[in-house]
Amino acid sequence: MKFRSDVVLLEPMRLLLWAFFFTFVFFVINIGPDWMSSFPEALIFPVAEKVGSGLNWFARDAKIAGVPMQEITRSVASFFDLIIDATVVVLSKGIFTGRGLNVSQLVPPLSWMSIGGCLAIVSYRFGGRNLIVITSIAVLFLVLFGLWQNAMVTLASVLVSVLLAMAIGLALGIWSFKSQNVENVTRGVMNVMQTVPIFSYLVPTLLLFGYGPSAALVATVIYALPPMVHNTVLALKSVPTETTECGVMIGCRPRQLLWQVQLPVALGRLAVGMNQTIMMTLNMVIIASMIGAGGLGFNVLQALRKLDIGSGLEAGMGIVALAIILDRISQAAAQRAANGKHLEPGQRPLWQLLVVWLIFSSVIAFIFTPMQTWPDAWEISTASFWNAAVTWVNMNLFDILEGARNFALLEIMRPFNRFLQSAPWSLVVASVVALAFYLGGFKLAVYCALLMFFILLTGYWAPAMASVYLITISVLMAVMIGYPIGFWLSSQPQLKDTANFILDTMQTLPTLVYLLPAVMLFRIGDVSAVIAVILYALAPAVRYAMVGMSQVSPALLEAAQISGCTRWQTLKWIRFPAALPTLLIGVNQTIMMAFSMLIIAALVGTKDLGQEVLIALNRSLVGEGLVAGFCVACLALISDGLLKAAASKAEVSTIRKMNS
Amino acid sequence: MSKNSIENERPVISCLNVWKVFGANATDFEKEKLDNLNENTLTAKKWTAAVCDVSFDIGRGEVFVIMGLSGSGKSTMVRCMSRLIEPTSGDVNIEGENLLSVSDEKLIEIRRQKMGMVFQHFALLPNRDVLGNVAFPLQVQGISRKEREVRASEMISLVGLEGRENFFPAELSGGQQQRVGIARSLASNPSIWFLDEPFSALDPLIRSDLQDELLRLQAQLNKTIVFITHDLDEAIKIADRIAIMDQGRIVQIGTPEDLIMRPANEYVARFTKGVPKSKVVKVSTIMKPVAGNHAKTSSFLNINDRVADVADILTKTQEAIGVRNDGGDIVGVVDRETFIRILAGADIK
Repeated sequence: MKFRSDVVLLEPMRLLLWAFFFTFVFFVINIGPDWMSSFPEALIFPVAEKVGSGLNWFARDAKIAGVPMQEITRSVASFFDLIIDATVVVLSKGIFTGRGLNVSQLVPPLSWMSIGGCLAIVSYRFGGRNLIVITSIAVLFLVLFGLWQNAMVTLASVLVSVLLAMAIGLALGIWSFKSQNVENVTRGVMNVMQTVPIFSYLVPTLLLFGYGPSAALVATVIYALPPMVHNTVLALKSVPTETTECGVMIGCRPRQLLWQVQLPVALGRLAVGMNQTIMMTLNMVIIASMIGAGGLGFNVLQALRKLDIGSGLEAGMGIVALAIILDRISQAAAQRAANGKHLEPGQRPLWQLLVVWLIFSSVIAFIFTPMQTWPDAWEISTASFWNAAVTWVNMNLFDILEGARNFALLEIMRPFNRFLQSAPWSLVVASVVALAFYLGGFKLAVYCALLMFFILLTGYWAPAMASVYLITISVLMAVMIGYPIGFWLSSQPQLKDTANFILDTMQTLPTLVYLLPAVMLFRIGDVSAVIAVILYALAPAVRYAMVGMSQVSPALLEAAQISGCTRWQTLKWIRFPAALPTLLIGVNQTIMMAFSMLIIAALVGTKDLGQEVLIALNRSLVGEGLVAGFCVACLALISDGLLKAAASKAEVSTIRKMNS
Repeated sequence: MSKNSIENERPVISCLNVWKVFGANATDFEKEKLDNLNENTLTAKKWTAAVCDVSFDIGRGEVFVIMGLSGSGKSTMVRCMSRLIEPTSGDVNIEGENLLSVSDEKLIEIRRQKMGMVFQHFALLPNRDVLGNVAFPLQVQGISRKEREVRASEMISLVGLEGRENFFPAELSGGQQQRVGIARSLASNPSIWFLDEPFSALDPLIRSDLQDELLRLQAQLNKTIVFITHDLDEAIKIADRIAIMDQGRIVQIGTPEDLIMRPANEYVARFTKGVPKSKVVKVSTIMKPVAGNHAKTSSFLNINDRVADVADILTKTQEAIGVRNDGGDIVGVVDRETFIRILAGADIK
């Protein structure tokens, strides 16, 4: 009843809006002046150039107490290098002496047996028999396929980055928890940071810290920071008020309250943040191989460049193995932390077991060298098998694949791209603004307009439209494939655990891995990019569909059953309306994932914003890299704003329907 | 309980005109003259008062129950008394010291030495076992591990949990968890004991057990207790005095008998209507005093007996019943009719 008045008000408004819109379209297409269809060059502001020269000035000419900035950052870099080198020495390389051909290993690194054993012990303690099996398989895979050394280089980077990111994230999180103002700032910055594409972080750090592991480290830490900060704040907020009050009443000083009451109680949630930070770190470390982090990512990149699919896949599977180890162990640790640590009677503390094992296994490895370094001769390589498989596919399935590829490219993708590229910018802006106004009101409309004008002014409109075209097609496909799968899975409770396991694993895999199968089947180009994006964005689509569909209250379903609804009627009237908000949020998530993958997909030759960033990265064009990156962020923020508004609108209308 | 000692000693806790006002500009509350404060000024300023002008004194060893429905301000009030919530105005004196003006350092000291608190949802630390939880207040004070664990073990056996020192909170039942909460609140041997709806989250049988346990502990330890509850039966069972709160104000303070026999207003009367009078009313309330240690009767009751507990005396005698005080002197008589009226739940004429 209450809503009728504003419905009546809305109708004429909406009519007016549409009338305005169509007049506008007509005007632009037929008699509109030229500047409305193509943005006037004169207005384009050289943002990238300015940002670039600004940052260059900052790095080269700015001085703090007479010391040039770059000198400061470079010395910070060499300090970081030292830490990373030390970790790499322990885990992967050992200590060498001599030069050139006379190099001899003075002290070996920790043997694969030592590290693998430690991982297994930790797995068993945290996750029991299931986890130790998974970890052992993954460790043996890395060893047998000769990926161990590179995996340890990656692990070293991950460890150092994670520790730094966790320390900084925890501090920022605590600070945000204590001060509302700080929280507002960090939340805003972190939200933007999560939409800025991964490559964009690399360019300025490259400028400040030089090519090498430390630049990779800094970029990784910054990239992995948001989930840690976010989860720290959430975790501290989740501490029950009574528990905090109890600490105060006991007479804790502020520091005692934080470290002995609030943080321990929040540990479960904190560990969730830790898990996310680890997985983001791994993703970034793999990508950061491009600026000299080395490790498994480097193998994949090399293979991609040489189109050596076989070894690329092998290294990719190595990454998968490492990702699974890190993810499962940190998840088990999180669960354990949430339940309170607990030693069974007779159990020794973990560190004692680890020390004993390290000593024991090092002695064994010293005596029996294959335990130290797995001999090359014993390594298995499946590279030739995969290469043969690719050849076979190309020989036998070429016609089908090529047909599919050409069809997709010529009949769907190119026309759509051409449509977007030739659409007058004013029309696009007007449509988006109108949509924003309809979904979220005046504020959202202004917000979207500002973001779009940023893209226009920077002169990245054309590549941005290319990104929109790739994103639209990939997300549509991911949703069209993912949602039906999710709907079906939601009606198969016995498959739920398996499905969650597979989805978890898919979501933990670093983005780079997804390029490999796409390239294997479709060579480089837009089709491969779209396939990779679809694969990557599939998991959230399936997951949100599953969650959305199982969100209906059982009482409502029973009521529907009693009223004699058929299955189809229940789906249409009960399940779908209740699931709609979640489904829309799911589309939003899918788009966000697609954006982060799209940038990586530039490696297989797209012509969009991602490519602009990649080019900027290769040529060290700081300004261009950052600004193109921010354009991606703008696109992501626009779609995020629109879909969230749509979701809340859907929620409101569902509630209205249920009330009436 | 120790009612006699209350009068001749100065109060342990003394609250005077305590206000707690929430709202956008509640800070300029002080500028407003207290006389001007009423519902109208509050509404005009868009303030909400959780605690309005509350004053009371609590004597040593007294069990003082603050009772009210949810939203009545009782939880806010107990937090004002320990400065977990900063009162907007008023005074809170703890053993002669103005709590609201002490330094942060002194406040920590007072909380460590003088105050213990039990919470509705136990507020145990899930990462520590029973021993660790009970010893925590002592650990915070920097007491050595050995010493604090000895003390904590004593507390654990005091509440009947010996043998479960190394259990984690998640492995205990609700009643056992609250016993841990009680042991923890007593670990540093405070003189003031705040209990914020300690038994509300427990099921009825366990609740009753723990009420008995509380009375047993109080008989042994003689703390000054501030007990918050929304359950009148619980309040009557354990209280020396009850303060009934409604919409932030104290409606009436009195012994359980006062509230039932002489409700201050309609609200209290409605509250207490369902309580069987005979279980609350003492013989002293319904007797007619006699002078000279003399009564024409053969059966006697103690002045502190509750009517329901001694009802079977009616079957033993047909005449009026004499009342003796603790010293054995005859101080009054109760006639059968009054006695039966109370048993039947009617008013005294």
